Amino acid sequence: MFSFQQANKSIELIDTFLNSIDEGALIFKEGVKNYLFGNRESFVDNLKTLSALETEADITRRKIENILYTQSLMPQLRGDIMRLLEVLDNIIDMAKKSLFQFDVEVPHIPAELNQDLVKLTEVSAAAIDSVIPAARDYFRNPEKVKEKIHRVYLYEKEADKLADAIKRKVFQEMTNLKLSEKFHLRYFTLHIENLSDAAQEAADMLSIMAIKRTI
Amino acid sequence: MLFLIFLSSGLFLGWSLGSNDAANIFGTAVGSRMVSFKRAAWIASIFVVIGAVFQGRGATETLSNLGSVDALAGAFTVALCAAITVFIMTRSGLPVSTSQAVVGAIVGWSAFTGNQTDYVVLTKIVTTWITGPVLGMIFAALLFLLLRRILRRMQIHVIKLDSIIRIGLITAGAFGAYSLGANNIANVMGVFVASAPNIELNFGLFVLDGVQILFLIGGIAISVGIFTYSHKVMQTVGRGILALTPEAALVVVLTQALVLFLFSSASFSSFLIWLGLPPLPLVPVSSTQVVVGAVLGIGLVKGVNEIKGKTLGGIAVGWIATPLVAGIFTYLGLFFVQNVFGLVVTAKTIAGQMEEVPTEPMASGIYNINLIMPGLLILAFMIIILLVFLFFRQQKLRLKTENELLVHQNEFFNSQKALNELEINAIQMENTMLSNKLELKRQELNTLLMNISEQRAFLENITNQISELIGSQDIKMRDARLKELSVLLKQKMSFSKEIEEFYGQIEQVHKDFQIKLSVRFPDLTENEKRLATLLRLNFSSKEIATFLNISPKSVEIARYRLRKKLELKAGENLTQFLINL
Repeated sequence: MFSFQQANKSIELIDTFLNSIDEGALIFKEGVKNYLFGNRESFVDNLKTLSALETEADITRRKIENILYTQSLMPQLRGDIMRLLEVLDNIIDMAKKSLFQFDVEVPHIPAELNQDLVKLTEVSAAAIDSVIPAARDYFRNPEKVKEKIHRVYLYEKEADKLADAIKRKVFQEMTNLKLSEKFHLRYFTLHIENLSDAAQEAADMLSIMAIKRTI
Repeated sequence: MLFLIFLSSGLFLGWSLGSNDAANIFGTAVGSRMVSFKRAAWIASIFVVIGAVFQGRGATETLSNLGSVDALAGAFTVALCAAITVFIMTRSGLPVSTSQAVVGAIVGWSAFTGNQTDYVVLTKIVTTWITGPVLGMIFAALLFLLLRRILRRMQIHVIKLDSIIRIGLITAGAFGAYSLGANNIANVMGVFVASAPNIELNFGLFVLDGVQILFLIGGIAISVGIFTYSHKVMQTVGRGILALTPEAALVVVLTQALVLFLFSSASFSSFLIWLGLPPLPLVPVSSTQVVVGAVLGIGLVKGVNEIKGKTLGGIAVGWIATPLVAGIFTYLGLFFVQNVFGLVVTAKTIAGQMEEVPTEPMASGIYNINLIMPGLLILAFMIIILLVFLFFRQQKLRLKTENELLVHQNEFFNSQKALNELEINAIQMENTMLSNKLELKRQELNTLLMNISEQRAFLENITNQISELIGSQDIKMRDARLKELSVLLKQKMSFSKEIEEFYGQIEQVHKDFQIKLSVRFPDLTENEKRLATLLRLNFSSKEIATFLNISPKSVEIARYRLRKKLELKAGENLTQFLINL
């Protein structure tokens, strides 16, 4: 009970976990760009890295869970913390699945959509990038969480707008595409957009958790 | 012995104090599962006893000044009535203060016996019922502000903070338990002080006088209360009134400890006098009320009120009702004890007094009992028991680990066994398949052999007949015989038997196809089905013609008819259609 060893270990693990999610968002962004611009080899590399990161994040999350429960650390907060880590883990899971779908389904993306999709990916990744510092602050400085998460909401709204614009363009302006191709494009837009929604879910949780922790 | 029987009501009071007030110290920690109940109970018990024995005297003196209960039976009744009041009030869910009950009971005793109540002391005590919570509020607010500032500045990780607060809660809890013992032992044993035995126990390191022994017994009663009943109260308190953040809980416990300490520390009082300030009276205060004050203080700092009006109302009712009920109970109780049992409830002479109850033998000298040797012996004995216990626990743990290992091994063996069985089954199946295959091959060989011998017999027969014809002169007969032979050979060439066998085998292998064909196109004749099967096997028309012993032209015609029956369109490939079927 009086040993800080386990506490320090779990702090380290939480930091590693958050790093994995952060890196995951970067890799996802690179992966989509590489796919759009036809760099197949780099894309496959990104996919492999993201897959490894996702597995690592899963393992780390289980380790944290194990320590928090076996050492009965933070009995009041650990439920919330574990749920937060699950929601964050879900983001990297979604990113990996999305990239895998690119690999398996090889969607045909018209060149004129490339810029729009790159922008959407960047905004979605930015939402994830912004939720990580907020999560870090929850652990050390809960009063700062609120300042950080408003960015997540902003990026999420932007991502929604961009995704809408892309879908509109695909269905209303690109008459040369087959309906099946339009559907395919819609799904891939949705996959990227969903990442920002997942980041928003984490932000929502963080704002409530921060209030609970504010003394 | 009589003394112990009379003391029992005090012990009962101690028990109820332990079961209720320990919850204020460790309620949050145990309720939020930060500290296990066992650990909390041990720490609380040890420190309550230490506080009671070494610092309990101050508050007790004030209580004695209020009204010195000078007869054992009176003290018994006072403590019993106070305990009953506490018990009833707790049962009805009111936050009760043992101090108020005891004060009420003493005033009741004074009223009954006609002893003068010292109103100066009473005012002093009643004032602390207000100053206690107020002081708690101020301390809590200040401590909370300080803690918040420190935490904001240091930005400690929540997990580390949890460990630190845990240690803080235990330390503050120990301090709180010490203060509780020091301050509230007066409630439990204060009324018995006048009847304390004149004994001194010498433990070598320290000496306990009669009053301290009394306090030790009271402290132990409180400990028993903690161990036997406080768990439930802690759970309720931890999730009810004290359902605070761990940081706030730490402040509350620390505040309570400080306030109780200040109201029982003689040295602090003299320090205040030395500073030229009015000293704090050494009075037993209610830990529950200090806690309520502390929570209010934190609420003020946070800008939210965490205590509901109902709770405050309950406390106000408790303030008035507790002393009142205790006073009335005591009055009635004393009347009962004096008139029914005829016991003396005060040393003061009262008319109609029936019998003198001997208090403890007030001998002129003090019995000094040397406990150094017994203490050492007990210590040695305890160490031996501890060692034996540890040894057995070690053994038990070792056995448990070994057992677990064996269970694991067993599971491993079982799974390996299951795996082996599966493998054996697979091998057996393979063996059966192979032997079936072998049997089939053997039959095929037999058939081949029989075929060969049949062919041989047939050819020998032909050869013999031809040899006979070579020598024959009769041309007519030779022609007729040659014709016969030619027919015989043609018949043989149709290989009807072999072809039947061949089809039999094909039908066996392509059973699914045959079934599908019959289901989808029930009009097909047997010959058409055969043609379809051969086409599916990708044989050319020429090959099929040879198999079926017809001309290629006839095969073409049959194919055309089959296409019609299968309703194929102009561009569709018949063979592909049959393969895809």
